[in-house]
Amino acid sequence: MTALLELDGLTRYFGALGALNGVSLHLAPRERRAIIGPNGAGKTTLFNVITGHLAPSHGRVLFDGRDITGLPPHRVAQHGIARSFQRTNLFPRLTVLENLRLAAAADGRGSYSLFGSVARLTAPLARAREVAEAVGLAERLGDEVGRLSYGEQRQLEVGVALATRPQLLLLDEPTAGMSPEETQRMTRLLAAVPREVTILIIEHDMDVVFSLADRISVLHYGEVLVDGTPDAVRTDPRVYEVYLGGRDDA
Amino acid sequence: MKWRVLGIALVLAAVLLFPRVAGTYPVKLLQEILIWGIFAMSLDLLMGYAGMVSFGHSAFFGVGGYVAALALTHWGANAASGLLVPAVAAALAALVIGYFSIRVSGVYFIMLTLAFSQMFYAVTFQVAWLGAEDGIVGVPRPRLPGVDLNRTGVFHVYVAAFALATSLVLWRIVRSPFGHVLRGIHDNEARMQAVGYAVNRYKLLAFVIAGTLAGVAGALYTQFVGSITPEAFLWRTSGEALLMVIIGGTGTLLGGLLGAGAFILLQSLVSSYTERWMLLLGLTFILFVLFAPGGIVGAIRGRIGLRA
Repeated sequence: MTALLELDGLTRYFGALGALNGVSLHLAPRERRAIIGPNGAGKTTLFNVITGHLAPSHGRVLFDGRDITGLPPHRVAQHGIARSFQRTNLFPRLTVLENLRLAAAADGRGSYSLFGSVARLTAPLARAREVAEAVGLAERLGDEVGRLSYGEQRQLEVGVALATRPQLLLLDEPTAGMSPEETQRMTRLLAAVPREVTILIIEHDMDVVFSLADRISVLHYGEVLVDGTPDAVRTDPRVYEVYLGGRDDA
Repeated sequence: MKWRVLGIALVLAAVLLFPRVAGTYPVKLLQEILIWGIFAMSLDLLMGYAGMVSFGHSAFFGVGGYVAALALTHWGANAASGLLVPAVAAALAALVIGYFSIRVSGVYFIMLTLAFSQMFYAVTFQVAWLGAEDGIVGVPRPRLPGVDLNRTGVFHVYVAAFALATSLVLWRIVRSPFGHVLRGIHDNEARMQAVGYAVNRYKLLAFVIAGTLAGVAGALYTQFVGSITPEAFLWRTSGEALLMVIIGGTGTLLGGLLGAGAFILLQSLVSSYTERWMLLLGLTFILFVLFAPGGIVGAIRGRIGLRA
């Protein structure tokens, strides 16, 4: 099977520091892949390079067979890659519905309409309601983001990415800063994302990782250390050493 | 909704009937308010909705004013010379200035737009065939079939019609899908980009729309006064429009008109007593920013318990 996302020797320097040192990765369609690794391993940098927020120093990003290396973020999004952010990144003065509706309308169809009516642009509205249901915010449609709890804001963060109908969803620590109950709700919500949406997730919570991922890639100092099934990764001594073993609570 | 329609109809009737009850000076004052109101509302589209604070909006007011003066004087006093050609010229100027300016934001955007407008000032101040520092004087008003714009009452309706049309057009735009995209950009430009919006295109389009309407205001101003001077391009013109928007209420559209009214009334009332009217204006501005940051519209809404 051809890869949906193919990263080929991605390298990114910040000055002399190599944040990514030749990361290669193949992601099959429908796959759910987790990226784990200690802080500073280059996980978020990897996302930034994939989504065009940063240009790679070397290497290529192929999506669905097309070279999208170095495209600006909005072009990458238009190809069908959506992303949620580690730090909540929403439209704070708009309502939940409008946050999702804007994301759903981002394909640009109708968005240049100067005299049209938002209410009559029905496809994005319907999509927004559908996603609100999926991320557990159907009761909060009319509320501004500022009135949501932290956990709800994180749910909306994923919802905004999902509303664009992505083929590939990049999730950057969706449970960051969440309470155990909020984490459980988020895990259920992510498990319910349709299988057609391929997922690449950065996550520190190992319960979330092992319950969600088909495969795990371990990133260490900007390189892929191990790439395998959850069981293989769990028992790999190198992983234990650099990551699990390094944690006081492990 | 019913009350709102009734209110608008009453205000409209009052504006249209004003020349029948008031003398020449108040009528002229109202016309000036309406023209500046168009200008301020066009700036509010950028400031209040797209979050682009421009300090060079005078560039388009001036281009509209100068092109109207040239066209009406040399090409014939018709509607195309008075409005169409100036509006197109302002749109083109906005396209060029916007193309460069929207690439930066915040204080750099303010500085870049200011620099462009001051370039126009410097050029018009020097160029002989534009009348240099004296500007272009003795500009005739357009001659329309069956309508004599030289009569104050007729010109009044003409200006009021443009103010109404501008209000309606902008009112539609800020509620359209495009207007909602602008609000999204105002709120979180980076996320808009991340979900797939070609943000710069939307910003440029907003800039051109605002510039075009500012050009219409400038063209009307030339016809109102019968002349245009380099002052139109000066940073003060931009600054006054900014003050009008802030006093009236940023992001409300109507605030542009009300702010223009407050500003010009204050100017004319106070300046007949003292030359230091700017002092009082400054004080008013400070009081508004401190105690009514939502401007006149915000204060009214707060009082009657309405929300935006």
